[in-house]
Amino acid sequence: MTTTNTGTGPGTATDTATGGAAGGSGAAGPAGAAGTGVADRPVADPLTELLVNRERPPRPGPVSAPATFGWRAMLKIKHVPEQLADVTVFPIIMTLMFTFLFGGALAGSTTEYLQYLLPGIMVMSVIMTTMYTGVSVNNDIEKGVFDRFRTLAVWRPSPMVGYLLGDAFRYTVASAVILTVGLILGFRPEGGPVGVLAGVGLLVVFCFAFSWIWTMFGLLLRSEKSVMGVSMMVLFPMTFLSNILVDPETMPGWLQGFVDVNPIAHLVAAVRDLMAGHVNTGEITWTLVAGGLIMAVFGTLTMRLYNRK
Amino acid sequence: MTDHHSPVIETSGLVKTFGDNRAVDGVDLSVPGGAVYGVLGPNGAGKTTTVKMLATLLRPDGGTARVFGHDVLREPEKVRRRVSMTGQYASLDEDLTGSENLTLLGRLLGYDKRAARERGDELLAAFGLEDAAGRQVKKYSGGMRRRVDIAASLLNIPDLLFLDEPTTGLDPRSRSQVWEIIRTIVATGTTVLLTTQYLEEADQLAGRIAVIDHGRVIAEGTPGELKSSVGAGAVHVRLRDPDRREAARQVLAVALAAEVQLDADPVALTARLSTTGDDRVAAERAASALGELARAGIVVDDFSLGRPSLDEVFLAITGHPADSRDGGATGDAPGTDSPAGRGTGGTTDSGTAHGGRTTERTSA
Repeated sequence: MTTTNTGTGPGTATDTATGGAAGGSGAAGPAGAAGTGVADRPVADPLTELLVNRERPPRPGPVSAPATFGWRAMLKIKHVPEQLADVTVFPIIMTLMFTFLFGGALAGSTTEYLQYLLPGIMVMSVIMTTMYTGVSVNNDIEKGVFDRFRTLAVWRPSPMVGYLLGDAFRYTVASAVILTVGLILGFRPEGGPVGVLAGVGLLVVFCFAFSWIWTMFGLLLRSEKSVMGVSMMVLFPMTFLSNILVDPETMPGWLQGFVDVNPIAHLVAAVRDLMAGHVNTGEITWTLVAGGLIMAVFGTLTMRLYNRK
Repeated sequence: MTDHHSPVIETSGLVKTFGDNRAVDGVDLSVPGGAVYGVLGPNGAGKTTTVKMLATLLRPDGGTARVFGHDVLREPEKVRRRVSMTGQYASLDEDLTGSENLTLLGRLLGYDKRAARERGDELLAAFGLEDAAGRQVKKYSGGMRRRVDIAASLLNIPDLLFLDEPTTGLDPRSRSQVWEIIRTIVATGTTVLLTTQYLEEADQLAGRIAVIDHGRVIAEGTPGELKSSVGAGAVHVRLRDPDRREAARQVLAVALAAEVQLDADPVALTARLSTTGDDRVAAERAASALGELARAGIVVDDFSLGRPSLDEVFLAITGHPADSRDGGATGDAPGTDSPAGRGTGGTTDSGTAHGGRTTERTSA
């Protein structure tokens, strides 16, 4: 076929000759291969070419690898946007539900209660969504993607940090949604935009640290269901037995004792004060130290499990 | 590329236990470089566990394993730099597209975003997957997943590639595609350690095979050595008339030069060919035997030549079929160091109960 084309094509004798030669050698390759069954081996030749150059790029650094895993989390959100329901629909329901359920009874009016409740409900909703970190880790193990990650010569905690970076984005979305609902309902933070941003920032930082609890359980437990179950058992007491919904002063002494050491309560106090325009150094320090301890303990356990698995 | 004189993988007394179960129970392997090394065994034999330990995904509980001279426990990073693994279950992110999966892994190997994407797309194209590159992996067929998964292992060309049952569950066409890919990879200088349940697959691809059962290597050798321990296969015959069975047996015994057994089915016979020659010899003998039966006036309803299956290999080596999981079998397995040539005598003894199954297994 190639030969025919060259032959009928315009051009001098020399042109035709070179064209024919080139076409001939071009045709000889595939035709020769066809004799040995080219139909069965469509992949062989281009693949060989890709396997010749065995040069490798340098290993990615400790910033680039976690960032790449974070990019993966973003891609997953792009492909499965429904997964954002837990940081959009769920917080809206929580905010509306608690505002109208307790508002009249506890503070006389919903608008008044909202000034107290909103920072707390923001913390509660976002803390609740942290458990999905554990679910994602567990899912990846089950699907086998994890084995692939573990054979990579990257900084070992990278995949975990990547999950948490992606989740930090989710926490920010959830905070923004709640803030918007709050503003519509009449939440008027005295700290202004700076105070609100500082509050959200502290919350996201704490959640990043807090989520290491879930990476550990994600690695430790065998199924998604058990991860959810354990998460609920930890999260319900930690969020409800706090200063989120009501002032702890009405609680019995032993319960106040728990609230005093509950890091979530300190986080809520710090966020509430920031949004109200006070920088409560004591509570902020408490929150950051608690976050640091959680990360140190559960981060270490996570990496130990990750390397052992 | 690889030093062909020192083995790529060397293990000694490798052990991994899960609770009471000794999944890997003292595996000794010495895998030479530059070829496909087959690890053959039934489900639950310890193949995957062994491979995972070699790929630094699991920590051995005992024994030593060296890959390119690096101890998997002491220098896992050095091992990871030179190996890739494609697991039994496609290790891809199903939510992402094929192209995104490869780009992700490419970046994690150190390529910049554009180079990672290019390399990934070139590999997908080479594997005939360019049309599917932009689709989510969850929409891929089993064969497509497997190919993307192998592509992922080739982003950086490994010196040693672990393929854990790469064709299990694939249709014959996808299987032959994967085989072709494996041949190409080996031809470019990468050593491949392949686990499989199929003797035929190991036979097609591997230069050497280790047969593993109950966490132990029970035989090791070239495919030829292994098959010669089993014989060339078995001829299965079903007659129209049960009364002619004795006559048929005599005809077959002469024509095939093999011992012929009467199966439980009153019209069925099985002859186990003991020749160590290639398949053509077996086929020629079987054909002439069929002619002899016709000449003797014996009507044959069904006639088949089954190639040696994994079951038969197991029968030959261990005296028990591959799928028997009852206790005690491990203990009486012949020494772990025995070459494949051992235990041929066992074949005929235990063959009767098993003869009928081999044909379908082999053709699967």
